[in-house]
Amino acid sequence: MDWFPLINSLRIAGISTVIIFFTGIFSAYYIAKAPRVIKGFLDVILTLPLVLPPTVVGYLLLLALGPRRPVGAWLLAVFGVKVTMTWWSAIFATTVVIFPLMYRTARGAFESFDETLAYSAQTLGLSNSYIFWRIRMPYCRQGILAGMVLAFARALGEYGATSMIAGYTPGHTATISTTVYQLWRTNDDALALKWVMVNMAISFAVLLAVNLLEKQSATQAKGRRQ
Amino acid sequence: MSIFVDIEKKLGSFWLKMNFEAGEETLALLGASGCGKSMTLKCIAGIEKPDRGRIIVDGVTFFDSEKGINLPPQKRALGMMFQNYALFPNMTVEQNIRAGTKREKDKKERQKRIEEMMERFGLRELADHYPHQLSGGQQQRAALARILISTPRALLLDEPFCALDSHLRFRLEQEVREVIRSFNKTVLLVSHDRDEVYRMAQSIAIINGGRVENLGSRDMVFADPKTVVAARLTGCKNISSIVKRDEYHVYAQDWGVELITAKQTGEAVAVGIRMHDIRQGRGENSFHCRVIEEIENPFSYTIMLKPGDKEAGTSFGWELDKESWRRMRADTVEINIPPESVLLLTKGNCCE
Repeated sequence: MDWFPLINSLRIAGISTVIIFFTGIFSAYYIAKAPRVIKGFLDVILTLPLVLPPTVVGYLLLLALGPRRPVGAWLLAVFGVKVTMTWWSAIFATTVVIFPLMYRTARGAFESFDETLAYSAQTLGLSNSYIFWRIRMPYCRQGILAGMVLAFARALGEYGATSMIAGYTPGHTATISTTVYQLWRTNDDALALKWVMVNMAISFAVLLAVNLLEKQSATQAKGRRQ
Repeated sequence: MSIFVDIEKKLGSFWLKMNFEAGEETLALLGASGCGKSMTLKCIAGIEKPDRGRIIVDGVTFFDSEKGINLPPQKRALGMMFQNYALFPNMTVEQNIRAGTKREKDKKERQKRIEEMMERFGLRELADHYPHQLSGGQQQRAALARILISTPRALLLDEPFCALDSHLRFRLEQEVREVIRSFNKTVLLVSHDRDEVYRMAQSIAIINGGRVENLGSRDMVFADPKTVVAARLTGCKNISSIVKRDEYHVYAQDWGVELITAKQTGEAVAVGIRMHDIRQGRGENSFHCRVIEEIENPFSYTIMLKPGDKEAGTSFGWELDKESWRRMRADTVEINIPPESVLLLTKGNCCE
């Protein structure tokens, strides 16, 4: 069995999770503090990929990044880089699709933060970056971790947008989900089933992790209140 | 060592307009919830920004809308204690206290002062505990240690005992009083509890509707609250609206009695009589009253009385010790109210 699809899926999911960790947290932090109208507007825009069909996301991405489209053509002309149909093209797709998961869980965590902690830290002379990284983030740690794990799992399973922007080239752009589809199409049931088992094992582990994190966060919140 | 505040801030339909000064003393901001006292404290600490005005502490301008000065809370160096203590839940007691030493550059000096503080507040054994493992009293001590180690210019206490049981409250109040005694700088105490304020503060500012309604020494404010709201906040339970007869006579409408006053009636719209200022027997302002209800408290009686034999009107309370009431217990009693005990009250900011 060639393990390339697993490695490729893991690196795509891993890199996009790192990207949305930072972008998701910072947009959640600033949007949570924004005025109501702007907040409502940005919230809709940033959550949209969660409800759009992945094929629509893939289509929109191709509209921007395709080799004959504005951004894609420019990148090709200036850097000589073709941003579609490579293994890392899928990162664009997964990043856009999983961003809302991180953004929404992080925002929920930030909104539950007790602001008096930040106030008292300020009066004690602690810098705003200290407050963010040493007080706010640890306080919201469980929620953010749960969001990250969930986003990672979703990235592993991404199919629609990925297949549109990265295609399926065995040993090159193949991921678990595109491989399963390809194997089913070519009637290779035995191998398809193996990949299905691999995928289910990973998803099972991830959901178990999310549940454990949520339970932990509930007991911690209880401790905090006492 | 002083605080000068003269600020305005509009919050929806509520208009905060605060003006007061405090020296090296404890000044209590006494008011009902939603009167703007906590907001004022936040403006002084730099957490909220006033629309207009000035805040000067120890000669340092913290805020001046005309000169465009607005120091961040980090540079104001005020020690603010929050109702829930705001200990960082992810840090141990020692780490929490260390968080208060960030202004101190020398590492050795830092550690020395942390040790001193933990010793002083009896936190040595609890150094490695997290806040949620501490009792309410231990949490307060950790919060105080964290604040004092940051060598604040002044202390701001926001309803410090609000969330506590009464027995714990008494003990913790004692500890805070001790801290204040050795602090020797300005302390602002926000509270709605007159007993707490009386025990802790030298001066009192009565806050109502976003404004200072009466400011003075503790004894002055309690002896002459001046306004209806101030009388209520300082614990006066018998308040009646009045019709002025002349300079020293009023008719108390709620009770249907004529009263002689020691002071000129002036702008007064109401009178207040403290429950324990009422005397038994004949004298000035004396009436025969019917006993409507006899309320037994742990260490005293509150007797609800109605003057004359009319059914109309409201009753008023008279508080006296158990022994005295047991001796004179009857269906009707004669009481008198010394004219100097009749508090003349103006309307103040209140719109009720």
